[in-house]
This record gives sequence, structure tokens and C-alpha cells, in this order.
Amino acid sequence: MQIYVCVKHVPDSAANIHMIDNRNIDDSVPFLMNPYDEHAVTEAAALKKQIPDSEIIAVCLGKKDAESTLRSALAMGADRGVLVETDDMCDSMTTARVLHAAIIRDGGADIILTGKESIDSEGMQTQFRIGALFDFPVVTNAASLEITNGKARVGCELAGGRTRTYELTLPCVIGAGRGLNTPIYPTFPDVVKSRKKPIETVARSQLNVSDAPGSAKIISMTPLVQKRNPRKIIGTPAEQAAEIIRILRQEAKVLS
Amino acid sequence: MKQAGIVIEMENGRVKETSLGMITLAGRTADSLTAMVMSGITDDITDHLSEYGVHTIVDLSLPDAPEIRRNPAVQATAVVHAARELKLDRILGLSSPEGKDLLPRVAALLDAPLIMDCVDADLKTGTATTSQYSGKMMAKIQLTGEILMFGVRPNAVLPESKPVPAKTIAMTMDAVVPENIILLSRDEADTEGRQSLAEADIIIAGGRGLKNKDNFSLIFDCAEKLNAAPAASRVAVDEGWVPYAFQVGQTGEKVSPQVYIACGISGSIQHFAGMKTAKMIIAVNKDENTAMMANCDYQVQGDLFAILPEIMRQL
Ligand SMILES: Cc1cc2nc3c(=O)[nH]c(=O)nc-3n(C[C@H](O)[C@H](O)[C@H](O)COP(=O)(O)OP(=O)(O)OC[C@H]3O[C@@H](n4cnc5c(N)ncnc54)[C@H](O)[C@@H]3O)c2cc1C
Ligand SMILES: Nc1ncnc2c1ncn2[C@@H]1O[C@H](COP(=O)(O)O)[C@@H](O)[C@H]1O
Repeated sequence: MQIYVCVKHVPDSAANIHMIDNRNIDDSVPFLMNPYDEHAVTEAAALKKQIPDSEIIAVCLGKKDAESTLRSALAMGADRGVLVETDDMCDSMTTARVLHAAIIRDGGADIILTGKESIDSEGMQTQFRIGALFDFPVVTNAASLEITNGKARVGCELAGGRTRTYELTLPCVIGAGRGLNTPIYPTFPDVVKSRKKPIETVARSQLNVSDAPGSAKIISMTPLVQKRNPRKIIGTPAEQAAEIIRILRQEAKVLS
Repeated sequence: MKQAGIVIEMENGRVKETSLGMITLAGRTADSLTAMVMSGITDDITDHLSEYGVHTIVDLSLPDAPEIRRNPAVQATAVVHAARELKLDRILGLSSPEGKDLLPRVAALLDAPLIMDCVDADLKTGTATTSQYSGKMMAKIQLTGEILMFGVRPNAVLPESKPVPAKTIAMTMDAVVPENIILLSRDEADTEGRQSLAEADIIIAGGRGLKNKDNFSLIFDCAEKLNAAPAASRVAVDEGWVPYAFQVGQTGEKVSPQVYIACGISGSIQHFAGMKTAKMIIAVNKDENTAMMANCDYQVQGDLFAILPEIMRQL
């Protein structure tokens, strides 16, 4: 099986984000692989164990430094990496077109794994757009995956413990959720081995990507700091509880 | 003319409050509002929707068989069909669990731009306000294209009554049942009587302070008494005390309830990313020097094992 995994290079979730102007963030913070994409790579490695002559190709659209995220994917079990290099901020319509073109240029996919969303742009849609461009079926927020006889049986999480189970024909696109697995933490030998694995860099202009019929562009951005002024609720636990109930009833008016 | 189509979500045969809020939001900047209903239309539904300003109600006429009707790929083709037939140029739906599986499908089929989790949208100018960098930033985004799509965060706008006469139409289309994606089962057993996180007015969340799985039932019991939705920090999920679906934060649900009660949660940057837009935050923590206590509206310093049972006793 040819397994493609889309991995995005995003600011570390623990980093404080600062602005340099009203549109761009200070990108001197550490960048890592998008957390959901770690689940996608981990699942790809599990599939390869199950279907031994598979190849895992990690694909990323990003700046030159995004190579480190591809390196992480290689350390986690991917065989090769493809970096489509661009300095532009791409919206999901363009990103999907580029990833689609990069996968076609590289070969044919039996399965494409992505994360359910990226934690920087929070688009939640690139996987569906890739699927539509290929005309492959798509599911998102996968929590279980089983492949038998050319079909994928996928359990997806909705919310509140609800799930939906799908059967997809291959090739298909699957957006990994956190319930899918526990991400691999590469060992030191894995990291050393991954240094020998190839990463091909392609300029975005080298791919023949047609313009999307629409776009989404950030026009301004502001930090969401909500300064709150805490008031103390003091007293015995019983007094504190009574005050909480009073606030819920009289101030927030959410309790009858 | 901005012709907005709104994908309506229902609960127990009634239009969800959050869907009505979305109608109010769309009504501020659209010239006409069309509600797209998937479950069949009753007089009740018509009255309810027209009271909030909907001009046209479309029955998407999905097939009866539940595994087909509920398949989001089938629903997406029905929405696309209606959008084209009725020449809609703005499409809105909720950024709810169902919406997250439906709206991007519609956007992909229409090849139209989509912003999820909007807290505001101007359908005339085609701009939307949404969170980015996992809730750390608010971004204003300009969409361009023939059809623009908006996934609206539940509860971002409260419904306002604005009665207009509404007409009803039924779509006639042969539902294409996709062969490459089949919905085998849909399990709803677990949600009976429980509030959904995204839509709850009150959320009561527990973290490492609960110490173990048995203790975590305190959060569930309290939630029931308060008619609140129970939630958890990632630690509580990773420890296996509650399923992942209850996690709030950067890699969990993003919520904006009226009140968020954080119990035994320190307030990591990743947890705040999921709940900082709550209107009111009440922090229950034995340690005064935590981020949650520093960044809330009400600080309740004390032992949650003493305070939560008191709340239940007094209700
Ligand atoms: C990539 C990534 C993504 C992440 N995503 C998320 C996410 O989505 N959501 C999330 O929550 N975390 C997330 N995290 C984890 C996050 O960094 C924190 O580890 C986590 O939020 C801490 O959970 P906590 O507050 O429950 O535990 P702790 O930080 O250990 O806090 C426990 C608190 O309980 C208090 N306490 C203890 N006993 C009592 C008592 N008897 N009464 C009252 N108070 C008591 C303590 O004073 C303390 O403040 C993520 C981390 C990473 C790396
Ligand atoms: N620039 C990118 N490079 C590689 N994969 C991406 C990129 N952007 C998005 N993806 C993939 O698409 C998923 C959903 O992203 P998004 O639509 O931005 O939330 C991510 O989890 C990635 O797997």
C-alpha cells in the first residue's frame, strides 16, 4: 500500500503567540508537527506493520524550516518525505490543491491520512478538499481504523461519547482524531536512522497548481486576552457553595 | 442580493436554540434567509423558523432509511443541490459536532471557501471572525468566491425574535447514495439526557484534582444537578477517567458557555485555549497561585471534595 500522510508545521501548542503587525505572528516560537498529524503518522506506521510492503510518504506544504516536522515524521516511521516549499500563507483551498498535486506527482495513493484539524489555522477542512479533488471518500475525527479486503472500517467520534462507524472503499482520506492511538515517541536509534531517509524538496511553482475559485485571507488579527478581575468567594465550604449557587441564579441567570 | 441558506439542526423534533441564534446572525446582513431542514417539516417547525426571520423553508427531502438520511455525504449532496437550485450565495451551518462533519463536505463539493467556528460574520462584505492559533488569537477573515460558507460557533449569537411570513418548498432530487462511503452505525446511546458540551449554558469541568476515576463521578453528579454539561482537562482524559469526547482545550472541544466551573484544573495554556471565551469562569482550586485562579471571575479557594457535595446538597 502507498500510504500518504499530510503533516503540517505549526507553533508549539504551549507557546505564547505574539503579533509583529496586525496580520502576522512573531514566528520565532518553536514549531512542531501538528498534534493531530502525529496520530496520523502513528496510524500509518501501524498499517505498515500490518501490511508489510507498504511505503509511508509524509507530505508537507510549508517554509524551509518545515523540514524538521518531516524529519519527525521519518523518525516516527515514515519512509520518505516530500516538502513543497513556499513562503506564502496558503488557505485550505490552495493547500488542498498543492497537496493533491504533490501526491499525484509522487505516485498513487491507496490511503491518505491527515489530522482532523491544524491547531494554528483551525480550518477542519483540508482533508475533505483533498478527498473531493481525488474523488475519494473522506471521514474525519477517526478513533479506530481497520483495513480488510480493500475496505476501511472507521469509527469516528462526534461528541459526548457518540460515534459513527463507516465503511469506505480504498483509496480514501482519513482525518485522525486523538482517540485513534497514542503517538509514537521515537527512540534515539529511530532518530539516528531517520537522518538517512530522503526528503525531497519541490518548489510550489514546480507543481502545476491551478488557481482556486475562491479564497480566505486574514485581514487582521488580535490576541484574545480576556483580562478578568477575580473576586474571591470566601467562607466555609457551605458558604462558598451557597454563594456559587446565588451567582449562578442571580448574576449569570443560568439556574432557576 | 445576499441569499443565505442556513442548515438547520434539530433536537427532539424542535429547532435547536443554537440554530435560531445562527438565523439571527445571518438576518443582520443577508437579504433573504432560507432554512434547509433535513428531518421533514411540521407546522411547529415552520412557525418557529418564521418567528425568527426565515423567509423560505426548504425540505431537503432526504431518503427515509436512517443509515442513508444520516450519512453526512448524502446530506452534503442535498445541501449542494439546494444551494444550486435556489441560487444561494451564502451558506451557514453550526460548527457543532455534526456540522464539522457536514459543512466541510459541502465546501469541498462546491469548491467554495469556508470558515469554521465563526463568532461573527458579515454576509454582505463576506468577512468572518474566528479563533486561530487554538483560541489564542481572533482573526478577521475575508472570503472571496461565488458562494461563501460560514460555520457558526454554537451560542455565539443569542436568538432574537423577528417574525416574517415564511413559505415552504420541497426539493425534489434523487438522493445519490454513495457507494464509497457507507454509514454502518450511529451510536447515540451515551448522550441520553446529557447536555452537549458545545451547546451547554453551564459546563462543570474536572481535572487532576479529582484524583481518580471514581471521584470523577462527582463532576457528573454535580452536572446533573446543575443541568450542566460535564467536561474534563486532558489529564483526566489521559488517565482514563473519562472518554476523550469530554476534553476541553486546544486538542479538545472549544466551548463558550455562559458559565464555566473549573474544578481542580490548574489552567494550562492548552486548557484555556478551549474555554477562555466563556462569559463567566468560576475556579475551584485549593491553590490560589494557579493560572486558572488568576484568570477567572470568581476564585473559590478550597477543597473541591468539600465544596461540590455542598452545592449538590443545597440545590
Ligand atoms: C500538544 C498538547 C495539547 C494539549 N491539549 C490539551 C487540551 O486540549 N486540554 C487540556 O486540558 N490540556 C491539554 N494539554 C495538557 C496541558 O498542558 C496540561 O497538562 C493539563 O491541562 C493539566 O491538567 P489539569 O489542570 O487537570 O492538571 P494539573 O495541572 O495537575 O492541575 C491540577 C489542579 O488541581 C488542583 N487540586 C488538586 N487537588 C485539589 C482539591 N482537592 N481541590 C481543589 N483543587 C485541587 C491543584 O491545585 C492543581 O491546580 C495539552 C498538552 C500538549 C503538549
Ligand atoms: N500545509 C500543510 N501541509 C501538510 N498538511 C496539511 C497542511 N495544512 C493542512 N494539512 C493537513 O490537513 C489537516 C487539516 O488541516 P486544517 O484544514 O488546516 O484544519 C491537518 O491536520 C494536516 O494533516
